Amino acid sequence: MAAKIKIATTSLAGCFGCHMSFLDIDERLLSLAEVVEFDRSPLTDIEHCGPCDIGLIEGGVCNSENVHVLREFRNNCKILVAVGACAINGGLPALRNFFKLEDCLLEAYQDGIGVDNPQIPNDPELPLLLDKVRPIHEIVKIDYFMPGCPPSADVFWNYLNALIEGRDPTLPYELVHYD
Amino acid sequence: MSGTLCIDGIAVPFSDGQTIIEAARSAGVYIPYLCHRPGYAPYGSCKLCTVKVNGRTNTACTLPAADGQTVISNSPDLQHDRQRITQMLFVEGNHFCPSCEKSGNCQLQAVAYHQNMLDNHYPHFYAQRELDASHPDILIDHDRCIFCNLCVRASKEKDGKEVFGIAGRGIHKRLIVNSPSGKLKDSDISVDDEAAHVCPTGAILVKRSAYLAPIGERIYDHHPISEVACEKAVLDTQAAKGHASCDQAQLAGQVPQNSGSDSHYAASMPPAPDIKHGR
Amino acid sequence: MLRAVQAQYLHIPQAAIEQLAAALHIPRTQIIAVAEFYSFLHLTPQGRYDIHISDSITDRMLGKEKLLNYLSEKLNVKVGQVRADGLVSLNNTSCTGMCDQGPAGLVNGYALTHLDYARIDVIAKLIEQQAPLTDWPAEFFAVDEPIRKPGLLLNQPFNNGAAIAATFARGLAETLAEVDCSNLRGRGGAGFKTALKWRTCSVQAATPHYVICNADEGEPGTFKDRMLLDLYADQVFEGMTLCAAIIGSDQGLLYLRAEYLFLYEQLQRVLQRRRDSGLLGRNIHGRPGFDFDIEIRMGAGAYICGEASAQIESLEGKPGIPRVKPPNSVICGYQRKPTVVDNVETFFAATHIAIQGGQWFAEVGTAQSTGSKLLSISGDCARPGIYEYPFGTPIEDILRDCGADDVMGVQVGGPSGTFISNRELQRRVAFEDLSTAGSFMVFNSSRNIFDIVQNFTDFFAHESCGFCTPCRVGTTLLKNQLRKIVEGNGAAVDLEELSELCLIVKNNSHCGLGDSAANPILSTLASHPELYLNQLKQSSFTPGFDLDATLAVARRMAERDDDAAHLSQVEN
Ligand SMILES: Cc1cc2nc3c(=O)[nH]c(=O)nc-3n(C[C@H](O)[C@H](O)[C@H](O)COP(=O)(O)O)c2cc1C
Ligand code: SF4
Ligand code: SF4
Ligand code: SF4
Ligand code: FES
Ligand code: FES
Repeated sequence: MAAKIKIATTSLAGCFGCHMSFLDIDERLLSLAEVVEFDRSPLTDIEHCGPCDIGLIEGGVCNSENVHVLREFRNNCKILVAVGACAINGGLPALRNFFKLEDCLLEAYQDGIGVDNPQIPNDPELPLLLDKVRPIHEIVKIDYFMPGCPPSADVFWNYLNALIEGRDPTLPYELVHYD
Repeated sequence: MSGTLCIDGIAVPFSDGQTIIEAARSAGVYIPYLCHRPGYAPYGSCKLCTVKVNGRTNTACTLPAADGQTVISNSPDLQHDRQRITQMLFVEGNHFCPSCEKSGNCQLQAVAYHQNMLDNHYPHFYAQRELDASHPDILIDHDRCIFCNLCVRASKEKDGKEVFGIAGRGIHKRLIVNSPSGKLKDSDISVDDEAAHVCPTGAILVKRSAYLAPIGERIYDHHPISEVACEKAVLDTQAAKGHASCDQAQLAGQVPQNSGSDSHYAASMPPAPDIKHGR
Repeated sequence: MLRAVQAQYLHIPQAAIEQLAAALHIPRTQIIAVAEFYSFLHLTPQGRYDIHISDSITDRMLGKEKLLNYLSEKLNVKVGQVRADGLVSLNNTSCTGMCDQGPAGLVNGYALTHLDYARIDVIAKLIEQQAPLTDWPAEFFAVDEPIRKPGLLLNQPFNNGAAIAATFARGLAETLAEVDCSNLRGRGGAGFKTALKWRTCSVQAATPHYVICNADEGEPGTFKDRMLLDLYADQVFEGMTLCAAIIGSDQGLLYLRAEYLFLYEQLQRVLQRRRDSGLLGRNIHGRPGFDFDIEIRMGAGAYICGEASAQIESLEGKPGIPRVKPPNSVICGYQRKPTVVDNVETFFAATHIAIQGGQWFAEVGTAQSTGSKLLSISGDCARPGIYEYPFGTPIEDILRDCGADDVMGVQVGGPSGTFISNRELQRRVAFEDLSTAGSFMVFNSSRNIFDIVQNFTDFFAHESCGFCTPCRVGTTLLKNQLRKIVEGNGAAVDLEELSELCLIVKNNSHCGLGDSAANPILSTLASHPELYLNQLKQSSFTPGFDLDATLAVARRMAERDDDAAHLSQVEN
């Protein structure tokens, strides 16, 4: 039997909606499992990504941690796919771009209603926020884009099959959606 | 003047005063557009409708149709540039479709779907633009304005008012409102004005009309813009019967025989697409 | 009108907008749109001394950047701002047409030349004393017209009225035939055949017809129209007048770029003198029924207004946005009437063709480019100034004449023209080879090509009128993508992206500005590909912005500066 295709997935500044949608491929997951195995992914609890064939990234980049994870994926995955609106253009988290980061932090940690012990967190363990939420293609090179918020299970199915078979994925009209 | 022109190998008849884009639409041949709207004065700014006419680049929405023109619209090069231009519009403003009321009914989005556009390609501009929610019935979200000028033309030509204007130069273009405060509430726009409904994107929205159509029943959910844009026009014409390709047309003597490049081109074209299932 | 308001109030106040809108029956949106479009109109108050410094590459080569900083310090005002007391404002501006005597600038619209530290010291003092401009030393405003090499046209003797007399003596149709036979082509850049334009206009049924002289001269590095209007104004106006006779026009307009305000009064005097001597006004040259007069209109700072149809829009009191063609302005121009728009030098040449005949002109130059061309030479050469050459002259001859050695490259035709390297100096000035409206900038081997290309690319992004998507968005994308590569953040894909973007902007834009906006990159990519390749990073991709800087706010607010609070631009 041929070696299985290795897939890693992660969620950066996303809502796990894309992951949920992925799981919606339901019983097709079983046939998928025959040809792929999962490396780092919320589905496996593996902490660092090893060499993989395909990396699926959900969510945009909002903090320094996201940058590190994204780079880890880029270094280890032969093919990197931006999954969902947030990865492609920042999505809903990018709505914070309309405000200054300074104001966001003050509102969340200092001046906001119901904040007790007002203080901006400064633990070196914590990742720092970028001034803007950015789509992942502005940080690393992305090979394919899977639009939708979230992309439907059919989109995942379509893409993964194409990539596994070594084709360029294409989507029929009905599956191209930005919402 | 009326006659026939040839668009991607399809013979397209036109009548007096029609632009290429309108002749095409009437015949069920879709050329993408955003700043154009049937019944409006041509403007020619978005450049989505860019085609080659007898080898020269031109905008189909402004160029009058003329007998014997050979128009190329769906070449790989033109389609590629069209997608890039659409992507420019997406990164110039702020388009977050999942949180936009227009999603599913938006021409910008539909044009992008039509082109199978999967990402925004360019770095975002992170434009800082404002929201004008001052009016009781109408909202302007400047983030989604593509400067197509349709609201300006609608207000002036259709409503007999001059509510909107476009100011600024270059990348600093902005939509402005004709009122002392610059706010929509102090202008003389009314929700019945055509200008309140003409915006091809979600930049001008009528309040309380959001999400009336559920997902799945929105305009472009199942019908690509190539069909929607042509539908009414096609019903009105004989074109629904199917297209004559240019060489057929030539046999029928509708297109002058003299143009060697015409027939050469027609011969190398793929079969004419079936417009009912446009893609 | 807006210029007058602005002169009085130092900007266009809201109240004036309301009054004008009411008085002129136009929507206030139109006034705001106009005010925001032009660089020299403002909706917020400017300083009583409003200073603009030319940001052209040749000014930069003369140390403009340091001078600007010095001035900014001296006057205690930041570039792009108005000082708190409202006395002075300081800005950059595109080329002011003084490249032969830079670094140059403008104060309240009047040209300042040969700026240096000593002059800036004096200027700062005068401003602090609030001395009126009339009390400033006259030499600060002196504009020289260094004609280094006169040729066919500049050497011609001329008596006022001679061309008009010759035209009437020969006959209008016959004179048009002479212009035709001269094969004169437009000197403003596009090189359209002048006789054809005039003939087309003359046969249009709609009346009246208009003659417009395009003196916007916005292409960086061009200043030959300035010289012609300064020293040869009669011959230019005479060309307009004979054009009017031929096309049947009684109204001419001179569209003078804002930067040439210093010429305004003197040109008005020339016009008046011509009226007094019967060369303008009613029954010109004693010919009953031939009435023609010329009005001067000032631009307000927008390169795009050099484009003929944008200029017409501007003359009609609108933002200078190029019109949709067809119809061409010859058929539907100013006030929607048939209009001839020609460059200053074109009218100047027509004057002499009317006197000498077409053959005389056609004998000079090449078959496709007849006659001579005025060049405005600036940059790294011993003798910058105006030169007149027969078309077809090789670049190397020109370089020898102007005293340029150690040449690295020449920009022929300004930013929208062509950059040629020192390996291509046998090429010739002609429509069929290196076409130029007059700009000719010389760079020696100490210059950095990227400085030049970036300056030009920024210029187009700044001057894009913003009407069409590919140019409005594309010129800014070009600017950013070029910067990414120049700053060393480009990977191989970025260079592909840059080339692709160039073609998209070039092939899809609405007018000549977008069409040529990528030329600086395209022509240097062609002549110096290795320069671009050397800039590229080996990595697959690097962000186009300063990644670490995006953490700056968070760092400051969390009061952190540990290693984990930073990001490297490239993965190590
Ligand atoms: C962006 C742009 C700027 C231009 N600037 C000028 C200018 O400053 N002066 C000029 O005479 N022509 C300029 N032109 C060319 C004019 O559109 C037009 O071709 C010219 O004035 C016609 O006159 P001619 O036939 O005598 O050259 C410009 C064109 C473009 C596209
Ligand atoms: S205007 Fe259209 S493209 Fe823009 S966010 Fe709304 S739906 Fe999306
Ligand atoms: S608001 Fe809408 S209609 Fe008006 S210019 Fe913008 S995109 Fe066009
Ligand atoms: S190409 Fe540029 S300058 Fe010309 S119309 Fe388009 S935006 Fe304006
Ligand atoms: S989580 Fe997938 S698009 Fe938002
Ligand atoms: S539709 Fe033709 S340019 Fe916009």
